[in-house]
Amino acid sequence: MMGAPALSVEGLSVEFRTRSGVVRALDNVSFSVAKGETVALVGESGSGKSVTAYAVMGILDPAGRIGAGRAMLGDLDLVAATPKELANVRGRSIAMIFQNPRTALNPIRPVGKQIGDVLMRHGHVSRRAAPAHAVEMLRAVGITDPARRAKAYPFEMSGGMCQRIMIAIALAAKPSLLIADEPTTGLDVTTQAVIMDLINDLAKELGMATIFITHDLALAGQRSARIVVMHAGHVVENAPTADLFANPRHPYTAELIAATPDTAASLDELAAIPGSLPDLRRTDLPPCRYSERCPRKIAGCAQPLPHAPPDAAHIAACWNPLPDRTQRAMPAATVSAA
Amino acid sequence: MTVLLDVAEASKLFPTGGGAGAWSRFQRRFSGGPESLPKVYAVDNVSFSIAKGETVGLVGESGCGKSTLVRALTRLIDLSQGSVKLGTRELALKPARVFARDRDRARIQMVFQDAGESVNPRFTAFAAIADPLRRLRKLRGKTLKERVETVAIQCGLPLQLLTRFPHQLSGGQRARVGIARAIAVEPELLVLDEPTAALDVSVQVVVLQLLQRLKQEFGMSYLFVSHDLSVVRLLCDRVLVMYLGKIVEAGPAAAVFEHPLHPYTQALVAAVPRRHETGNRLRLIGEPRSPIDPDPNVCRFYGRCPQGTDACKTTMPALRRFGAREVACHFAEGFLPQTNTVS
Repeated sequence: MMGAPALSVEGLSVEFRTRSGVVRALDNVSFSVAKGETVALVGESGSGKSVTAYAVMGILDPAGRIGAGRAMLGDLDLVAATPKELANVRGRSIAMIFQNPRTALNPIRPVGKQIGDVLMRHGHVSRRAAPAHAVEMLRAVGITDPARRAKAYPFEMSGGMCQRIMIAIALAAKPSLLIADEPTTGLDVTTQAVIMDLINDLAKELGMATIFITHDLALAGQRSARIVVMHAGHVVENAPTADLFANPRHPYTAELIAATPDTAASLDELAAIPGSLPDLRRTDLPPCRYSERCPRKIAGCAQPLPHAPPDAAHIAACWNPLPDRTQRAMPAATVSAA
Repeated sequence: MTVLLDVAEASKLFPTGGGAGAWSRFQRRFSGGPESLPKVYAVDNVSFSIAKGETVGLVGESGCGKSTLVRALTRLIDLSQGSVKLGTRELALKPARVFARDRDRARIQMVFQDAGESVNPRFTAFAAIADPLRRLRKLRGKTLKERVETVAIQCGLPLQLLTRFPHQLSGGQRARVGIARAIAVEPELLVLDEPTAALDVSVQVVVLQLLQRLKQEFGMSYLFVSHDLSVVRLLCDRVLVMYLGKIVEAGPAAAVFEHPLHPYTQALVAAVPRRHETGNRLRLIGEPRSPIDPDPNVCRFYGRCPQGTDACKTTMPALRRFGAREVACHFAEGFLPQTNTVS
C-alpha cells in the first residue's frame, strides 16, 4: 500500500444490544485508506458497510457499542477520542455524505446557511464572509445561479441538486478524508454519473482520501482503486480493483461478481448467491460467517480465520480460497491462506 | 407477430396549482382569472405496441412519466386522451373505477416496485395471492386453495410461508408474493414496475430468472419498467426510452444499447456503471425542462442536449423510423452506424 494511511481501521468490532439479543454487527474489521486513494466498501444490505462508517465517525446508534479495535486518523484514535476531540475532527478532517440527501439536510434552513455553518465552525471564516464563501462552494459543485440557490430550501431542489449541496457541506472545510455512504442511491443513472465525477474530481483536486460505500460492485469497480468486500460484518476480501475482478480469491467475492449484471451477455450467465446472511444474534456463529453458504467449505473452516500479513496487497479471509489465476509476478497476492 | 397491446396517441395531463374540481372552476370564473389551469404534461402523445410473448423495457429518468404511462395503461388511472387496445378490446373508454370490476381486468396485471409496501400488511401471503382470484375468478374454498398453492409453487414460494405476513418474509420472498399475486389470474400482459429495485444483487438474479422462466412457461408479454439499464439489456427484447413525457427512442434492446441514436439515450448508456472504466464521459448538464405547459415547438431535450441547434428550438422532432428503430431527433442520421444495416 502506498504512503501513510489517511485512516487505518484495525480490528474494529461493533455490537448492538437489542431486545432479542446482541447483534454482532462488525467483527474484527481492518482496512486502511492511503492519502488520495479511493477505497470502496462493497457488500449486500446488512453486511456492515454503513455501521463501519458510523463507528469511524462516532455517530453509532446509542444501542451500538464498539467492543474492540482502533480507527487511527493520523495520531488520533477515533474510537477512544473524547466527544470534544471528535467534534473538532468531524467536518474538519473527516466529512461524510449520507445516502438520502433530502433527509440529511436541515429542511427549515436555506442551503447557503447550512454550508456557512460548517465554514464558520471549521473553516476559519467569519460570520460576515460566510455567505459569500457559501456561494463559492455552490459554484464549485456545479450549481447554476449559486447566489439565488443559496437562499433556497432543500425541498425546492431536485435530488441531484440536494446531493451537490451535501457534497458542498462535506467539502467546505477541505477534509483529508471523505466518507460517501451510497451517495447516488435513489438518483438517476445520468445524475449518478455526474455526482460521481464531481466526487472523484474534487477528491483528486484536494488530494482527499475517499471511502466509498456502495452495494453496486460495477460502480465500485469503475470509481475506486481498491475494493473491500464485506459479508455479515467481516471483511472477506481486500484487493486492488483490477486484481479483484480478474482474480477473486474469496468464494463470496466470486459469487458477487457472477451476480453483477453489467458485463453479462445473457441472463443465464448470472448466478444467484444461494442462502442468506446468518442471523448475527446467534451465539454459535462459525468463525467464517460465510461458511454455511459456501460451496468450498472444508473441515478447516471451523478454525479461526487466517491472519493476513498487514502489508499484503490482496487479502482474502478464507482457508480454501479459489486458485490464484495470476501465478506470475505477484507474490504478495498469494498470501491469503498461507 | 400478433399485437397484444396497442397504445395510440396516449396523453395524460395533470392540472396544477389550484383545485381542478367544479367548485374551484366556478370560483376562478367569477374571480376573473384564467379558467384553465397550467398542466403538467406527464405523458404526451405516446404511441407504441407490444407483441404477444414480447418483453418490452421502458426506461427513463425519474419524473419522465414512466409510472404515469404504466398506471394509465394498466387502467389504474384514466388517460386524458388516446386509446389503449388489448387485443381487439378498447380499454381506455371505461373509467378506471369501473374497469376494476371488468372482465378484462385479469388480462393486464401489475407487479409493483416494493412488495413490502404494495402487499396489504394485514394480509398473509395466502390472502394476498387469493384476493385477485376471489374477485376476478370468483374462486372459493378448495379450488381457491389449490390455485394459490399452484401459483406459489410456480413462483418458488415454499407453501409453509403462505401463512406469514409480509413483515415476516425476506425481500426476495416478498417479491415472489408480488409476482404470484399478479400471475394468479393468468394475465396476458404483466407490467413490472422496477420489480428488483429494492433487492440485493444476489436476490435480484433469482427474481429475474424466475420472471424469464414464467414468461417461457405461460407465454405472457412483459412491460418492464426500470432505471437499471444493465438489467433491461439482459431481460428485454425491445426497449422504449422516455424523456419528459415523450418516447425519444425505441428499438431492439441490443441495438439501442450498442448504438444509441438519440443524444439522451447516448448519455443514458454512457452513465451505466461498468466495472472497468470506459472513459466515456458523455454527461448531461443542467436540469430537465419544466413539464408544465411545455412549448410544443421546442424539443423537450433542448438545453441539456449536446447537439442543440436553432432547429431544435423551432421544431419538435417527430419519432422517425430507421429500420427496426425509431428516434425523435433531427440529427439521428448523423448517429446511424456507417453500414446501412440498422438491425
